[in-house]
Amino acid sequence: MSESDVTELGRRDFLYIATGSFAAVGLSLSAWPFISQMNPDAGVQSLASVVVDLEPIEIGQSITVKWQGKPVFIRHRTPKEIEVSRSVSVLSLIDSDARNENLPGADASDENRVANPDWLVAVGICTHLGCIPVSGAGELGGWLCPCHGSIYDASGRVLKGPAPENLLVPPYVFESNSKIRIG
Amino acid sequence: MSILHGESYKPRNGFTRWLEKRLPIIGLIYPAFVTFPTPRNLNYAYTFGGILLVCLMIQIISGIVLSMHYTPHVDYAFESIEHIMRDVNYGWLIRYMHANGASMFFLAVYIHIFRGLYYGSYKEPRELLWIIGVMLYLMMMATAFLGYLLPWGQMSFWGATVITNFFSAIPFVGDAIVEWLRGGFSIDNATLNRFFSLHYLLPFMIVGVVVLHIWGLHVVGNSNPTGVELQKKEETVPFHPYYTLKDGFALVLFLMLFALFLFYMPNVLGHTDNYIKADSLVTPAHIVPEWYFLPFYAILRAVPDKLLGVLIMFASIGVLFILPWLDTSPVRSAAFRPLYRQFFWIFVFVCLGLGYMGAMPPEGLYLTMSRLLTVYYFFHFLFVLPVLGFFETPRPLPASIMPSVLDTEGKGDVDEGA
Ligand code: HEM
Ligand code: FES
Repeated sequence: MSESDVTELGRRDFLYIATGSFAAVGLSLSAWPFISQMNPDAGVQSLASVVVDLEPIEIGQSITVKWQGKPVFIRHRTPKEIEVSRSVSVLSLIDSDARNENLPGADASDENRVANPDWLVAVGICTHLGCIPVSGAGELGGWLCPCHGSIYDASGRVLKGPAPENLLVPPYVFESNSKIRIG
Repeated sequence: MSILHGESYKPRNGFTRWLEKRLPIIGLIYPAFVTFPTPRNLNYAYTFGGILLVCLMIQIISGIVLSMHYTPHVDYAFESIEHIMRDVNYGWLIRYMHANGASMFFLAVYIHIFRGLYYGSYKEPRELLWIIGVMLYLMMMATAFLGYLLPWGQMSFWGATVITNFFSAIPFVGDAIVEWLRGGFSIDNATLNRFFSLHYLLPFMIVGVVVLHIWGLHVVGNSNPTGVELQKKEETVPFHPYYTLKDGFALVLFLMLFALFLFYMPNVLGHTDNYIKADSLVTPAHIVPEWYFLPFYAILRAVPDKLLGVLIMFASIGVLFILPWLDTSPVRSAAFRPLYRQFFWIFVFVCLGLGYMGAMPPEGLYLTMSRLLTVYYFFHFLFVLPVLGFFETPRPLPASIMPSVLDTEGKGDVDEGA
């Protein structure tokens, strides 16, 4: 093979590999819209927030409201429930994180789980596989998940697995003494 | 393997001669489905492949018809099913056919799989055939899961919620994946639409993989109850009419069972909660999947850790992929493996037991039992099968399949095991 043949070959190899790579990159980029379209669309994304009037909720009563398609528990806790929740040691819990979107990184003491001790607000989705726990069915007046038996206390903290985490506390603020805005 | 070459097609009239010259399509089908040489000693356990093909056709035909009357929207899906049941001519028949047809499909595939386990059909040279079969089984499970959301009942909704949440066990990206799968923060209209689209698509992909399955089968040939490979053309008969009729007879019996469910108890295999419209704020007291998923559900719940439970559940199917390399015995058929035969039946009962545990609440004795059975399930594949090959003394194998064919009393070596 003469010198010029070799350079000729090298040039063609380069063109071949360059064209092939462009095609490969182009193809993988064009896959993105097809993957991305599966994500929640703008309508779902638009963060609807809800305002809830707490006035009609009696002590000991728990209601469920819908926020972003998810159930949110609002519980008017009894003095006994507050007392028991406050007395639990964080170290004895399965999940020691508050899981409170308003206090990221805080520990799971009852003080960090609620903005006002009378009211527990938590997303009502079991952190195991997503069922809705049933109110009052567990010990300590908390929640029992009917699917695989997880138990949560009156602070929404998991007491018995398989659920790995405490119920999520969504972002919320008290607009007045008897009104909260979730989201 | 010239034994496996069926007699080729000879066009007999002007039209077929003209056609074959331009598109030899009859010539392709004829040696594969008419004259294909088939072992003479196949028993009724071998008829379920054909039955599965019919099941797939029943699901596709009834499914296409249902789609003509069904509306994949959260506000109308449940109502459109009731519309099919009450207003559409023979709608009740077609819908019950599709719903019970899925159950019959799984019944047939389970018999087909356990046939393979008993006769060692997964062993060399049929490893790939077996692996393609496990892929078909996975695709069937995916299809049935997607279809079960469509009626938009309580079980539809909560089953889909629990199963899509499996992916939230993946560290870091889990929640993002779940949102991506659902197209929302919970199961909603976007989810229903995509499930419908994929539920329509997957069965046709199954058809494609079935073609590969049969292609692979026709390269290595059928196994048979003795597990001894064919040696002479005389040991075979052409597929048609011998096995078309045998399969046909088995199919008639199978369809009688199907009809029993379809006409006399169309709802016993379903869950009554699925006649309640999906409600995202109320979880039914007991979430149970369809019966054909129960053993895996029991395995999932047996493990107290979320990520581990999901992994072990998937591993229980994944282990089937490497089965050809876990079983160390060179002898295929359980008819000649006295110890394996016993372990096989123990395994069958363990699987049935897991199914029962999957239907029971996960507490007390049930939970303990599902844990024991889960451990045994893996013990069977990961310990018994690899070790048995070294310790078991197989019974002497016949030189060919002929003794099992000629033994008309049915008391031969083989039938004893079958
Ligand atoms: C591998 C084959 C298939 C399996 C295992 C399967 C399974 C299922 C299951 C379990 C359901 C829920 C039934 C119920 O409880 O009501 C369902 C529903 C449905 N399937 Fe399929 N299916 C298959 C093929 C198809 C095909 C090919 C189509 C369309 C071309 C289709 C269209 C539908 C429709 C429209 C529904 C909703 C109506 C209903 O729920 O009865 N399916 N399928
Ligand atoms: S979903 Fe609540 S325990 Fe599994």
